[in-house]
Amino acid sequence: MEGESFTDINGTPIFLDCQSHSTFCREFTVTSPKVPVTKVIVFTCSIWLLAYAVFLFTEDTVVLTSAILITLVSMMLYVHLVKVEQETLFIIGSLGVQMSSSYASGRETTTFIELNKIKDIVINEAIYMHQIIYYLCVLLKDPSDPDAVSSVVPLFQSSKPRLNCLMKVYRSCQEILSKCP
Amino acid sequence: MVLKIFYPQCCNLANSGLLIGSWIQGHNSAVVLAVVHYPFIPGQVKRYIQQIQAQSGVKLSVLGSWSLPSEAEKGVENFLRDLRTIFPQDRWLQISRKMGQTGFNCSILDRSQPGKEAAQQKATEDEDDEDNEDDEDEDDEDEDDEDEDEEEETEEKKEETEKEETEKEEEKKEKEETEKEKILFVHYDQRNVMLSQLHPIQTEELDPSDSELRQVFQIVSLSQPLFLLDRYDDGPLKSTHWQSGGQEASIIVELLKMASVPLCLTISWFFSVWSRICSFCSNSRLLHLLPLNFLCSKLSTCVQLSYRSDHLRALSSPKTAVGHSEFMRKANVLVSILVDMALGFLLMYWLYSDNHISMLANALVPAADHVAKELEELLQWLMGAPAGLKMNRALDEVLGRFFLYHIHLWISYIHLMSPFVETILWYGGLSAGLGLSFALALLSDMVALLTFHIYCFYVYGARLYCLKIYGLSSLWRLFRGKKWNVLRQRVDSCSYDLDQLFIGTLLFTILLFLFPTTALYYLVFTLLRLLVVVLQGILHLTVDLINSLPLFAVALRLTRFYRLAEGVKFSVLCDEPDTPLHLLMEINPLSCASVIKTYRTPTYSCYPKDSWTNLVKKLFVGELIYPWKHKTIKTD
Repeated sequence: MEGESFTDINGTPIFLDCQSHSTFCREFTVTSPKVPVTKVIVFTCSIWLLAYAVFLFTEDTVVLTSAILITLVSMMLYVHLVKVEQETLFIIGSLGVQMSSSYASGRETTTFIELNKIKDIVINEAIYMHQIIYYLCVLLKDPSDPDAVSSVVPLFQSSKPRLNCLMKVYRSCQEILSKCP
Repeated sequence: MVLKIFYPQCCNLANSGLLIGSWIQGHNSAVVLAVVHYPFIPGQVKRYIQQIQAQSGVKLSVLGSWSLPSEAEKGVENFLRDLRTIFPQDRWLQISRKMGQTGFNCSILDRSQPGKEAAQQKATEDEDDEDNEDDEDEDDEDEDDEDEDEEEETEEKKEETEKEETEKEEEKKEKEETEKEKILFVHYDQRNVMLSQLHPIQTEELDPSDSELRQVFQIVSLSQPLFLLDRYDDGPLKSTHWQSGGQEASIIVELLKMASVPLCLTISWFFSVWSRICSFCSNSRLLHLLPLNFLCSKLSTCVQLSYRSDHLRALSSPKTAVGHSEFMRKANVLVSILVDMALGFLLMYWLYSDNHISMLANALVPAADHVAKELEELLQWLMGAPAGLKMNRALDEVLGRFFLYHIHLWISYIHLMSPFVETILWYGGLSAGLGLSFALALLSDMVALLTFHIYCFYVYGARLYCLKIYGLSSLWRLFRGKKWNVLRQRVDSCSYDLDQLFIGTLLFTILLFLFPTTALYYLVFTLLRLLVVVLQGILHLTVDLINSLPLFAVALRLTRFYRLAEGVKFSVLCDEPDTPLHLLMEINPLSCASVIKTYRTPTYSCYPKDSWTNLVKKLFVGELIYPWKHKTIKTD
């Protein structure tokens, strides 16, 4: 179990944890930092102050109730659908690659790609707004045409680590992929 | 190369015996299906395997031996190893487990190296000799098991030499040898995998180059005859699998299955009678005079009736469903019909209690009167100076009087029908007994019939407007000295005679100045028609929803989610350094949105092919729009 701190493309610190279960089976976990309490407080207070200001003009308590409901529902939806706590890449030689994201509410989504569909795992460049970033992706091959790349599945989309972190993961993956054809 | 063994979780604590399963073609893996216990007669085991192979079509074989030794069994290990000679296989797996230990130990014996078992072990206690036999190294080049840990009882009884190596020596060995075989155990829940269906559903036969997981799922689901032997059977063999504790079934399901056979027979007899009546009707010359077919294709009630009767006919056929898709389709249709009828009965209960029908009937005629009055006021407004625009007095009067007369006719018709409205509603409400979709379809038809005058107005206004637009565009071209070339489909210049120009310009001016009047009438009636269309559209969408929503699939996804699998997910069970890696394979269920998309029952409504821009263009030009055209289903 080795863990290291890296930064993502925006500069926030993330944590990479490599676990080697066997010579052909490795697991990489990238953990994002949690939502700071100050942000939550700022968000809640701003909505409630705005609602109170509207209430002063309209004298209708529906405004206040709706503000409370909006804050609660939006925070629940954010925690359940948006905020990714950690992303895991689980590579099993001769079986396939599994990617899973776990959200702050505890929900986990998992995808498994079999080895016969994987052409390669590479680091790609992309133009993202005003910058060029690197991202790790899995190249899938078409069953009818084994030489062509049918689609690209990007990994670690929410945590977006930088190149140094990606290189580590890439080297480990290539070791395993090269051993098991 | 890694050898993958798919091992069922129910056999984790099985007593020692033989492993029955199947090697997966094209991949270096095997699926273990059951463990046959000692004592057994090898000839009977072979016969049993052949029998199951004939029943299920799966290529079964004895994969190897499994030993979980308790205190009483001491000599089982050797016995099981010697069985190798009786069951001739290419590869023989010897899996063993100690009570209290999580990991298994496995060694593979190859046919080409009989009797030579090279089991490498890592010395955890360093108790045995640490000699490296290099010649045995080279001998075992092509068939090696990389397994760690001693088999405790066979240690003293082993005739072959054992090797104990530390990690460093093993790494050196890896570099020296050309091939090493690692072992990976994937544990799966046998019942879940047997019942599950991987999506996207493939109906063709699997070829060996195909997905390994699909083959595993298919092998387990086809091996159902293997799981019928439970421990209470008095046969010669005892085996362990997920159902070895006894078969379980639900009494309600069995009773329903038995009851469904006579029910299906009666329904199919009823439909044969019905189709005979229908063919008689369509063949009789008398009814050819009436435009029955055309009417039936326009009324949504008839379309819905034919659609549902198709479904019921398909359901009531005595053949059982073959394959997963057909089964899901039938189940979805059945559940949708039942839910439809339940909702229909609720509606009927609401309608026929508390005198709701007479209330509705009493409200209907004044409502129609009110609509007619509003329309008359609208026309009077148009005949005056609507929104400050100045209309052409003569044309205005003509059009206004024409439409007013129409409304007057329609009002008298409604008043004529008013005593019968309640009876009509009462009998119409009975149709809700067939299902809520029928009641909604009937409502949509009634709305269409009651607003027929609006449809007529729209058609008149649209035709007039369309003629005007074409006339105007053609005369405008004449005004500029151009002509539409039909052959070349383009605008060409043309020299007109003086009298042609004179008449053309005159007509053009007339049409141009009459244009606002017609355009306004057209606009008003198109808006009214669109309102009615929107109302009918909502009703049709609801009927479509009831018809196509796969309620059974959604319920299955919520209650038995393992049956609809999108994929699998793995998690690590045991990764101790001296045992092979153990993974747990769980089923990743399909998301609800994909369930609905995959199992939607196809319906008869075809949505408008025009996009919004096309629709606006058609409205502008004055072409008639048919928003909800039905695809008719042939019943004969």
